[in-house]
Amino acid sequence: MTEAGRAHVVDAPLSPPAPRAGLLEVFRRRYLLRMLVQRELSARYQGSVLGLLWSYINPLSQLFIYWFVMGKIMGRSTEMFAVHVFCGLIVVQFFVETFNAGTRSIVRNRSLVQKMAMPREMFPVASMLVSLYHMGPQLIILTIICLFTGWTPDPVYLLGFVLALAIIAMLGTSLALMFSVANVFLRDVSSFVSILTNFVRFGVPMIYSYNMVDSRFGSFAHYYLFNPIADAVLLVQQAFWVGTTDHPGEIHATHIPDHLYSFGFLGLAISAVMLLIGQAVFRRFENRVPEQL
Amino acid sequence: MTTPKGGYPASTSIVVEDVTKSFTLRYHRTLKQMAVARLKGRDISGTFNALDHVSFTVEQGESIGLMGLNGSGKSTLLKLINGVMRPDGGTVLTRGRIAGLIATGAGFHPQLTGRENVFLNAAVLGMSEAETKRKFDDIVEFADIGKFLDSPVGHYSSGMFARLGFAVAIHVDSDIFLADEVLAVGDKPFKQKCLAKMQEIRDSGRTLFYVSHAAPSVRRMCDRVIVLEQGRLAFDGDVDEGIRFVKYDDADGEELTAGEDTDDELGADI
Repeated sequence: MTEAGRAHVVDAPLSPPAPRAGLLEVFRRRYLLRMLVQRELSARYQGSVLGLLWSYINPLSQLFIYWFVMGKIMGRSTEMFAVHVFCGLIVVQFFVETFNAGTRSIVRNRSLVQKMAMPREMFPVASMLVSLYHMGPQLIILTIICLFTGWTPDPVYLLGFVLALAIIAMLGTSLALMFSVANVFLRDVSSFVSILTNFVRFGVPMIYSYNMVDSRFGSFAHYYLFNPIADAVLLVQQAFWVGTTDHPGEIHATHIPDHLYSFGFLGLAISAVMLLIGQAVFRRFENRVPEQL
Repeated sequence: MTTPKGGYPASTSIVVEDVTKSFTLRYHRTLKQMAVARLKGRDISGTFNALDHVSFTVEQGESIGLMGLNGSGKSTLLKLINGVMRPDGGTVLTRGRIAGLIATGAGFHPQLTGRENVFLNAAVLGMSEAETKRKFDDIVEFADIGKFLDSPVGHYSSGMFARLGFAVAIHVDSDIFLADEVLAVGDKPFKQKCLAKMQEIRDSGRTLFYVSHAAPSVRRMCDRVIVLEQGRLAFDGDVDEGIRFVKYDDADGEELTAGEDTDDELGADI
């Protein structure tokens, strides 16, 4: 007991060993978050010859399908229909991927969850960042197409695009938080979520345009805009699609709702509240997670 | 926050106060099974107390041998101290950084290479990027896995897997070191290296929490033994008495001794 080397003094306070700060703790440990995101990314393309190229091929093939089937076969009259769809597709994919991968994230990382003390909000947040990363190639494709069709960037509209990203990032993370912990208790949840996300693309103005909603529902069309994802899609269309059409001013007046920014910020507020709820739900049930895995 | 209730002295390293942890057991998973069980009047879930009002404190620099039969709550206790789980009742408080192994190679990603996993695992254990880079060569040297460092850990043997995990954990500048099942895998030279390293940890004044079934290695490593019995604190005190208490010094279990001789001192954790 009384050896010379035993004078190890620790000046840290006595505190509970389990992390308590939730999402705040996640951003305090950014290095670990970065490692988790990198792990996810490098594991995904491991052993594939084309690697990251798949992130380009996948959206391009989808773009082609919509352009060909909806634009050419069914003959939709919306101007620059492919770009219109692609704007929606980017938002929807970001959301759906965050929601789906986030829901499975805790179960998939069970070896870490069961053995290491770390804020478990880390996993849904990492899923969101991986999805955001995958959006990069799609954004590059979109920008190239837009530049070729006479689009000029507008700073105010591009800020709207950033707002759209913030809405989806927060909303997706909040749902991922809630459902990831639910998925631990009942694995059915992830199947349920993937069905749920099938509906997302029909709830936003992607394969149809907003002016159709407006003319069909008249004064009730505003309720449609209480959906933050629809606002996000419209904000992206405003930033990219509108500029590629022949008469941007006219298209903006007919296809983009008035007060879109107001609805955008309302969507952001809704997402923020959802995030708080998500964190509360997560914290409430997180205690039982390690034993249920 | 700095002076928690009870006012523990600055030399206290771990406080476990009246800690209870219970698990919910679900006997049936599908809806059909649950319905059948209901109809037959059987329980569809139950609880059991993995830890039942356990209390003790540990001073900085003590090395504790945690003993008990399988299912007595040792791993649960370790997970509470590690912060993986939170107690249902009571308080667990720790001072300083915790490292160690709750089962070897925790959190290794089978598709990533050994090198990538070292960085990831170090990050999980709370090391910064600079710290990991500084210690990387030492970690690799300790793990001694040679050219396998750059191949996916999914291809590793269980021994190599464990060695890499142990090598990372042991290089964290921790104040409390937890060791569970660390020596269950690995060959004799590696076990000896681990024991030496753990003695080094102990002698540097860090708090050591060592779970083992092997009486000789507990005798060698620890200066206090805590015994759990069905989730309750059954013994807390002197090493030799503790070992006698769990009957691992072997008065009547003669059949056990035959095979244990060789592995005895190294601690063949089962």
